[in-house]
Amino acid sequence: MKRRGRRAGDVALSLGTGLAAALVLLIVVVILGDVVYNGAPRMTLTFLTQAPRDGMTAGGIFPAIFGTVALVVLMTLAVLPAGVATAIYLSEYANPGSRLTRMVRVAVNNLAGVPSIVFGLFGLGFFVQFVGAGIDRTLYGGQRVFGQPALVWAALTMAVLTLPVVIVATEEALAAVPRDLRLASAALGASRLQTIVRVVLPQALPGILTGAILAISRGAGEVAPILFTGVAYFLPKLPGSLHDQFMQLGYHVYVLATQSPDVDATRPILYATVLVLLLLTFALNATAVVVRSHMRRRFAGASS
Amino acid sequence: MNGDANPDADLPKISLSVRDLTVSYGDKRALGPVSMEIAEKHVTALIGPSGCGKSTFLRSLNRMNDLVLGCRVQGEVHLDGQAIYGPGVDPVEVRRRVGMVFQKSNPFPKTIFDNVAYGLRIGGLKDRSEIAGRVERALGQAALWDEVKDRLGESAMGLSGGQQQRLCIARALAVEPGVLLMDEPASALDPIATAHIEELIHELARDYTVVIVTHNMQQAARVSDYTAFFYMGDMVEFATTDTIFTHPSQPRTEDYVTGRFG
Amino acid sequence: MSERQSTHQPGRVVPVGLASAMRPTPPPLGPPPVQPNGRESHGRAARPRLASRRPTLHALAEAAIRVLAFSSIAAVILIFVFIAKEAWPLFHDSAIWKEVTLAKMWFAQQWPGYDAPEYIWQPVSEVPKYAVWPLVVGTLKVTLIAMLVAVPLGVGTALFVSQYAGRRLREIIKPTVELLAGIPSVVLGFFALMVMATWLQHALGLDSRLNALVAGVALSFAIIPVVFTVSEEAFGAVPRSYVEASTALGAARWQTIVRVVIPAAGPGVAAGIALGLGRAVGETMIVLMASGNAAILSASPADSVRTVSATIAAELAEVVFGGAHYSVLFFLGVLLFAFTLATNLLGEFAIGRMKRRLGGLA
Repeated sequence: MKRRGRRAGDVALSLGTGLAAALVLLIVVVILGDVVYNGAPRMTLTFLTQAPRDGMTAGGIFPAIFGTVALVVLMTLAVLPAGVATAIYLSEYANPGSRLTRMVRVAVNNLAGVPSIVFGLFGLGFFVQFVGAGIDRTLYGGQRVFGQPALVWAALTMAVLTLPVVIVATEEALAAVPRDLRLASAALGASRLQTIVRVVLPQALPGILTGAILAISRGAGEVAPILFTGVAYFLPKLPGSLHDQFMQLGYHVYVLATQSPDVDATRPILYATVLVLLLLTFALNATAVVVRSHMRRRFAGASS
Repeated sequence: MNGDANPDADLPKISLSVRDLTVSYGDKRALGPVSMEIAEKHVTALIGPSGCGKSTFLRSLNRMNDLVLGCRVQGEVHLDGQAIYGPGVDPVEVRRRVGMVFQKSNPFPKTIFDNVAYGLRIGGLKDRSEIAGRVERALGQAALWDEVKDRLGESAMGLSGGQQQRLCIARALAVEPGVLLMDEPASALDPIATAHIEELIHELARDYTVVIVTHNMQQAARVSDYTAFFYMGDMVEFATTDTIFTHPSQPRTEDYVTGRFG
Repeated sequence: MSERQSTHQPGRVVPVGLASAMRPTPPPLGPPPVQPNGRESHGRAARPRLASRRPTLHALAEAAIRVLAFSSIAAVILIFVFIAKEAWPLFHDSAIWKEVTLAKMWFAQQWPGYDAPEYIWQPVSEVPKYAVWPLVVGTLKVTLIAMLVAVPLGVGTALFVSQYAGRRLREIIKPTVELLAGIPSVVLGFFALMVMATWLQHALGLDSRLNALVAGVALSFAIIPVVFTVSEEAFGAVPRSYVEASTALGAARWQTIVRVVIPAAGPGVAAGIALGLGRAVGETMIVLMASGNAAILSASPADSVRTVSATIAAELAEVVFGGAHYSVLFFLGVLLFAFTLATNLLGEFAIGRMKRRLGGLA
């Protein structure tokens, strides 16, 4: 092949792919830049700590922050024990070759790809209308307490959504613990549970934490699953119990952007809310990255 | 033979008694049937070429084979008169009485103290001073106390290879098992560290029954009182070390110890 | 023992040095006892029994693990079952059939006041109409536009990072793409609605501000990280030996890449595209905010559209529990479910193939 043709081909390919990369960088820069530019001026301490006023044209978004945090905390309380226990069961107790174990793994992996709106369907149909109505019938004599969108149902829906993330991350972390250590523990007369609790889990902890943080970050950002399971646009007071509704940052952005009666007046608040939401998710993701690299350092030391 | 002439009291007492032990993985027989006795407070070596089943045999003595998927054990093993494969026997309890040291040292990523104390704590011991005392004693028995007594709180991963292996020995001894199984304990170590381990085995045999798997014949000859030669899943010969190395009765044993193969 | 010296018979040679290295001979073991439980054969007082003595706390903890694990597994299975269950009335309930049937959903219907049979999605009206095709076509349009943007950008960037970029560039690009992946879809929808829609309308002079094009491009931003991550792994997994062999044969850099690296990573890249496709079809918030939400059946990307997922999101809040509309929406959920399951399985299958192909060498 002639040298000129060769070089032309190389130049073309490297430029072409480089252009793709540049475009992707550009997209990120433009989006983030726009949000920061328009949202930063409004991001004051009062904005973060006050409730909205005047039809969302003034005041702050504290209730949305509170609601987001409350949702995420409840979700984590539900998903961590269940997800970690399931991963422990799958990798330490269940027979690895059995069809049941394999089917469960397939189900979990595929659940990870299911659209979030489908979880919303599940949350509404199952939690709100089946479990919730059932609770109302038996405990409240038919009065509508739990049989309607509520914090607890939204949290449980999100927990089911993030369950696969936690299970997969935990299983990976458990599998990374060298078999040697399990054998050493067993040879010293430890039961399976003791080996898990005293040797395997401490080693796997960073990986489990990474999975938890990733789940939390998804929980803070997803809106579709909570649309009909508990979120609301404006509430006069903060949720005081599990059966109350709540405000949430992402949903707030959605409503403000699509249904605001006065777009110009609410623009600053909208941008600032987006900024807060982004900062929150990025902080969580960054924490996960830090934990992950800490884990790598730990293992590098252990194998020497 | 001397045994016939002397009263029973001169014979070594039997710590482990193995009767028709057969181990299979799936439907492939890996070992056996094997029958032999392990003498109390003596060193018994298991020798043979790679894959002959000596490690499988060793693992049957503390039921570590239970942890291998698809492994089936038939026959009997008696520890101080009790069947360890009997009904109602908890393998966890067996492993408290029969300790094991592995080929590649595997200390936990914890402190030196916590490593040795591990077996005690899982056994339910809570008294701090007793734990500390037994840790010190175990480290002393493993000839490691002087080297680590000022850094018990440091990570075990900072020790050298030989030290880590002695730590694993101390860890196993802390539980005060009657029997200590060692699977090629020095094969991953340099000659000086190996010599330390061999000296240690000599000392340990005063208080413990030791069963050691080794692929190094000279080592077997140096440290053991009794030797069993394994070949292709069968125990070919079992006798005093002296006998095995000077006038073995089986031709295959002789071929192995004279270096004709393996 | 005299036996030690009298050994030498022809053919029996004691290893050199061994005789002197050996320990004093211990007494040989006596004849094996017939009953190994007799007191005469063991050396210390009978030890305590070998039965299990684990505390109840153990048993409780293990039971707790099992309970939690089983309930999670049950939840996973329940989702599949429940969605299908709520859509089931569509298939057998005659009360619902008065309003809508599967046939009415998939075939053009003649409605009063129209000249010819039409596909119309208008569940909330005096005469409810449930044609699914406008929604499916809307989904396809948006997805197609998103993939047309995301695949070249994602695969191109992955190729650049794995073949051309130096370490510094890589350390800028990879975290940036992760940053993009971390942006919640509601933010992308917001950006499309507030900023991109206006730009595009000015640039292209379109009638509707919110349309398939806007939604598709915004959707592509969410898909790019998925395609990038999987493709980059695939390119990275191509063994160096392939590249070296090609270079040694005199191929130019670009020839090696096009003829060796890309084909070798093919299944992996395909997996990334499959996963991206699944994600695109299921994505809700972006399309809900940027597509105009009009169930129009047309081929033009400049028209507003309604996707399947956005329909569920927009209409589920007002629907009557157990009614026809309710069942249809759950049916749409089943469709989404089935589709993403298929693309997931495809992606896993492709990744499995890639691992097997390259596994021996990578």
